[in-house]
Amino acid sequence: MYNILVLAEHVEGKIKKTTLELVGKASLLAKELGGSINVCLIGSKTESEVHALAAYGAQKVFLVNQDQLEKYNTIAYTQVLAQVVSESKPTILLATASPMGKDLFPRLAARLKAGLVTDCIELKINQGKLIAKKPVYSGKAFATGHFNTPIQMATTRPNSFPMIVADPNAKAEISSVTFDPGTLCAEIKEVVQGLVGKTDLTEAEIIVSGGRAMGKSENFQVLQALADVIGATVGASRAAVDSGYAPHDMQVGQTGKVVNPKLYIACGISGAIQHLAGMRTSKVIVAINKDPEAPIFSKADYGIVGDLFTIVPLLTEEFRKLLSES
Amino acid sequence: MNIAVLIKQVPDTETKIKIKPDQSGIEEGDIKFIVNPYDEFAIEEAIKTKEKIPGATTFVVSIGPERAGEAIRTALAMGIDKGIHIVNNEPALDSYLTAKVLHGVLKERNISVIFSGKQAIDFDHGQLTQMLADMLDWPCVMITESFQLKEDKSGAKLVRRLGGGAKEIYEIAFPFLVGCEKGLNTPRYASLPGIMKAKTKPVEKLLVSNYLEGQSAFVSYKNYELPPERMAGKKLEGEPQIQAQSLVKLLREESKVI
Repeated sequence: MYNILVLAEHVEGKIKKTTLELVGKASLLAKELGGSINVCLIGSKTESEVHALAAYGAQKVFLVNQDQLEKYNTIAYTQVLAQVVSESKPTILLATASPMGKDLFPRLAARLKAGLVTDCIELKINQGKLIAKKPVYSGKAFATGHFNTPIQMATTRPNSFPMIVADPNAKAEISSVTFDPGTLCAEIKEVVQGLVGKTDLTEAEIIVSGGRAMGKSENFQVLQALADVIGATVGASRAAVDSGYAPHDMQVGQTGKVVNPKLYIACGISGAIQHLAGMRTSKVIVAINKDPEAPIFSKADYGIVGDLFTIVPLLTEEFRKLLSES
Repeated sequence: MNIAVLIKQVPDTETKIKIKPDQSGIEEGDIKFIVNPYDEFAIEEAIKTKEKIPGATTFVVSIGPERAGEAIRTALAMGIDKGIHIVNNEPALDSYLTAKVLHGVLKERNISVIFSGKQAIDFDHGQLTQMLADMLDWPCVMITESFQLKEDKSGAKLVRRLGGGAKEIYEIAFPFLVGCEKGLNTPRYASLPGIMKAKTKPVEKLLVSNYLEGQSAFVSYKNYELPPERMAGKKLEGEPQIQAQSLVKLLREESKVI
């Protein structure tokens, strides 16, 4: 019997869309394996979210509901998951390549002596074992990981798999787990919240990015206005970050974030190899640049040769009209 | 007090990647190798920390073939005191084996803090630091954008960057590991005297094979391939207003992403 265990993530009491995407993908893999799909949900007051996981295929939810676990803690969460693993005996363990998944899974993998492939964009089953494809050299190439361990672990890049059709009537069994946290040596003293409702670049479905041509940080307002209308997150090229127009948190590319949105709008970005590496898996790329020879145009699905400060406000207006009609 | 830095030599970010015909890896022939950019922040933070702690010693550790010695010399030229080069002539190590070797080499060296880059920009695994932390049974703060030594030098206050502007703030006592993020500091350049001095600093040479204890890799990477080439698409012509209108229409009706 092959079980798949997925680590769920929630924000403000709701299961994240990236988790539902992954549970959906896991349920397809479980069908292929002839196994069942379990989900581990850690935090406090999360019970009401079990139905959402069930709708995407979770058959059993390991619920770890404890006040001490409300805030993420690497060591405590590693212990909790190791305990859930010993109960649910999964052969495959999956998490989103989020800040939490990226932090926790390597530690857990060392604990379980399990192979781990991070930031995967494709998962397959071959002869009862997981095969996981990941970008390397920041997306300039791909490599496929084959496992030599009984437990196989992977973190997956958001927006890599299509959402499956949810079944609102599906039910999942609940298994409550109690956990003794003991003393935690690296306790988080404080959590600084990000802007409410702001999606991180790595999870964003639409990104509007600005390059050196932005000229100064105030000018990012032009991109933010467009982003607000179409529900996008604003990014920046390394040139814009190094010039001090945008914080590093916003950098897309080889020494910044590798992104995977369905739409990427590059404004005043020439398209250096490091930048292209970070956004090349975007489903649709739009380039707006004054320079008709900019390399970005050779990768863009739609190109507009023009001044971003003219084009972007016009786009914002056109989108506003379109979206208010529908 | 001993302060360690883990570094890796990786292809320069400008590198155009070519795949070997048998897809077992990339062609290394004409690649220029550099110190992993995130490791430069680790080196800088180690030196800054040492400067605040009288009597502290810094050392840099790297696993790799002979050429990795250049990366170690770069760190020494920046100001690190000593080097350990764990020479690897073995088949590819995965993250677990790398952590295992480092654990074997470092566990008895009375270290208070280990700085590393948050990930190496070649394979982008981002696994090693937390794996080593688990083997040492130490805490670890990844994606660190701020490191402040406590006044009594018993530990530090660290800020870990999450997505979307969110942060976690930690206060931890030594020993622990730190995965460094861009923005933590501005790495210094190696000065000419620094480069001269580096030539005489001690570098201990060890062999990976002495630390594997018969363990083989948990994951083997195969089928290296280049991503499908993106084709240049449509250039939208006309006045700006027309260009904007056609783009909105195409995104809605043709590619259906809005």
